Amino acid sequence: MEIVRREKVSDPSDFRSRQLSAASMMRGELDDEQLDQYVEERVLTTTLEKAANWARGNAFMPATFGLACCAIEMMAMVGSRVDIARFGFEAFRASPRQADLLIISGRISIKMAPVIRRIYDQMLEPKWAIAMGACSSSQGVFNNYAIVAADKFMPVDLHIPGCPPRPEALAHGVLKLRNKILSQPDQGWRSRYGGQGTEEVLESELAGDANARHGINVAGEADPSA
Amino acid sequence: MPDATGLELIAGELRDADAEAVLGTLHFRGRATLLVHPDAVVGTLEHLRGRGFNFLASVHGVDYFPEEPRLGVMYEMLDMRTVDRISVKTRVHTEHPHVPSVTPGWPTADLQEREVYDMFGVIFSGHPDLRRSHMPEDYEGHPQRRDFPIGGEPVLYTHNEPRREPE
Amino acid sequence: MALTPDIDYREMEKSVELSEIQHGGDDEFLTLNMGPHHPATHGVLRLLTTLEGEVVRDVKPIIGYVHTGIEKTCEDKAYWKVIPIVERMDYLSYYFNALAFCGAVETLLEVDVPPRAQYLRVIHLELNRIASHLIWLATGGLDLGAMSVFWYGWRDRDQILDLFEMSSGQRMHTRYFQVGGVMEDIPSGFEAAVRRFTSGFPTRLDQFEDLIDKNEIVLQRLRNVAAVDEQTLLGLGVTGPLLRATGNPFDLRKAAPYCSYDHFDFKIPVGTVGDNYDRYRVRMAEMRESLKIVEQALDGLPEGAYITENRKIALPPRHELATSMEALIHHFKLVTEGFRVPPGEVYYPIESPRGELGCFVRSDGSAKPARVHMRDPSFVNLQAFKPMVQDLYIADLIATLAMLDPILGGIDR
Repeated sequence: MEIVRREKVSDPSDFRSRQLSAASMMRGELDDEQLDQYVEERVLTTTLEKAANWARGNAFMPATFGLACCAIEMMAMVGSRVDIARFGFEAFRASPRQADLLIISGRISIKMAPVIRRIYDQMLEPKWAIAMGACSSSQGVFNNYAIVAADKFMPVDLHIPGCPPRPEALAHGVLKLRNKILSQPDQGWRSRYGGQGTEEVLESELAGDANARHGINVAGEADPSA
Repeated sequence: MPDATGLELIAGELRDADAEAVLGTLHFRGRATLLVHPDAVVGTLEHLRGRGFNFLASVHGVDYFPEEPRLGVMYEMLDMRTVDRISVKTRVHTEHPHVPSVTPGWPTADLQEREVYDMFGVIFSGHPDLRRSHMPEDYEGHPQRRDFPIGGEPVLYTHNEPRREPE
Repeated sequence: MALTPDIDYREMEKSVELSEIQHGGDDEFLTLNMGPHHPATHGVLRLLTTLEGEVVRDVKPIIGYVHTGIEKTCEDKAYWKVIPIVERMDYLSYYFNALAFCGAVETLLEVDVPPRAQYLRVIHLELNRIASHLIWLATGGLDLGAMSVFWYGWRDRDQILDLFEMSSGQRMHTRYFQVGGVMEDIPSGFEAAVRRFTSGFPTRLDQFEDLIDKNEIVLQRLRNVAAVDEQTLLGLGVTGPLLRATGNPFDLRKAAPYCSYDHFDFKIPVGTVGDNYDRYRVRMAEMRESLKIVEQALDGLPEGAYITENRKIALPPRHELATSMEALIHHFKLVTEGFRVPPGEVYYPIESPRGELGCFVRSDGSAKPARVHMRDPSFVNLQAFKPMVQDLYIADLIATLAMLDPILGGIDR
């Protein structure tokens, strides 16, 4: 009879060898090299940033923000055919303080633009904005006195073309944003638009706290506290 | 729709009541329109209510630029029992755009007259609460007048696109 | 007091008075601003409510937050380019907006719409009516707290939108109706698909009714709530299901039939009391009647042209461009300049899911309309909101807003 000596930590896909190596680990018999290999196979190492991005990207909470026709397709995305709840984004929050994704679905009238900006400011960091449809991205079908594009007054992360975009297109866009967050934690465009720290800051806090000075940013202005 | 003779009968009745009221009648594509003097609008609508047209379907403005008088207000009346429609039209100049409001007798005209004021600048005297309906309160100008620019962004082509300095 | 246009904004703000409110004693009023960003206001409607405790004493709707300048934009575009602009007005009943405009232009042009086109229009209109009522039901259920109705309504609406996608390629705002007929004929599988839908939908409606009609919570929230009598509604210019809920059977499809509606046999559901529950029941019954109309239209769909043969108005078919010089010239003129409409004014009313939708077109003889005004039913019906919610609880205000079915795109245009 031949005795075959098996390597302790040989093939990770082989169940028997994994079992043997786990037994050795329990007894404290693994050497440096084998120990390193053992640990590498079992522990997921990542940076804190990546872990945070993974959590943020997989759990958007969109704000209920429907303006016009695109809102109907946004609600259709929540519906059962293009179920956005598969990805975890079905928890639409009514309050902007609890939301982190603003899907601007519909045409932006000049009367509504300051309201949208205020709601965007009320959201807490990190926050993203999607300009859904042609009207919010670029005035869409209308090019007149009453409509303004979202980029004119707030930073937008993603534009989704369509009039209205199909719910599948919107889901594709949301997933693209998710990929962007998972892979690109540094969103350099924010400095271009002055989009850091766009929280609502009270006047009284502005006067006292130097750190709070960069709370209100106008697009294009350099960050005064930087 | 009252046919041409029916329209003339109505116009005749109105002229009997007030000689200055009716400035013209028009029967076009099967539809009847009465052109009346601005001061006679309320009286005309009440007379038509007596004639059975007791539903005011629409109050809207028209800008006849460059014809004068420029600003027109149209009232679409409906008789629900006989399903008959008639339009009443009045025209005013921009310098003196006052039309008496029909809101006290026809509550439906409330928001619609506000819209005509907002978009054309016709001032309805006697309206309980005349302020802008659609545009922001501090907007200047009356957008749907024909000489108001349409606004919007110029379409960017390669030849007129502003070049951004490379960073 | 006549306001002048150059009054100061601040002074004008102060001059806005909330109406006189009768109250006893030293009750305190709270002015609560709902919207424009609010989950329950069906769009960007801002309601300035004056509350006494939880009872609404006054409500002032402020609109204009999605004002798009549609009517002004239409003056800048050729007639057939106006159709997609105008479709986006009342964004749930896009075919109705298109029909109102096309009908007005067809009246001005004195062009006849072929019977096949009329039947196709009716099929799409009634399917759109069902889709619009389904969204009303879905969002209304959501407002009342019945969230499952939201998902069921959207599921059925997606089926209807599949049908629209089959006939025109787009789910919403399809630009299918053109002046003189429809853009193109229905594809070969369309009739079978519609029949599959119409055979399965009555069961769905039965399921909705089983779920909602006799639900105790729905009854308590909607029965005898926000009833307004017929005379007040007529004075306020209200039409559509809101008026029919009070018992007035005025429906333009029966009263002044347009687009071959007189060929079909259907009933007009009316209510008795005019409260929220009647409004709900009227719309549910209207969905059934619309289904009947769709089936009858499919059964009787005539053969023939799907758009008028008048080459000065409708594009010639592509194959003619290779052989006929006149067709080429017509095509060129229609695409570059568009057809010219004889000068005149016309008002064309139709029955949309929310009431009388009228389109006023003034033409000055050129290829672009001089004035397009859509008399939107939601705009006029909104004026009835205050009498409806006077002295009700704020929760009833939300339910009434759901039953009012306002579409802000139509209100603001």
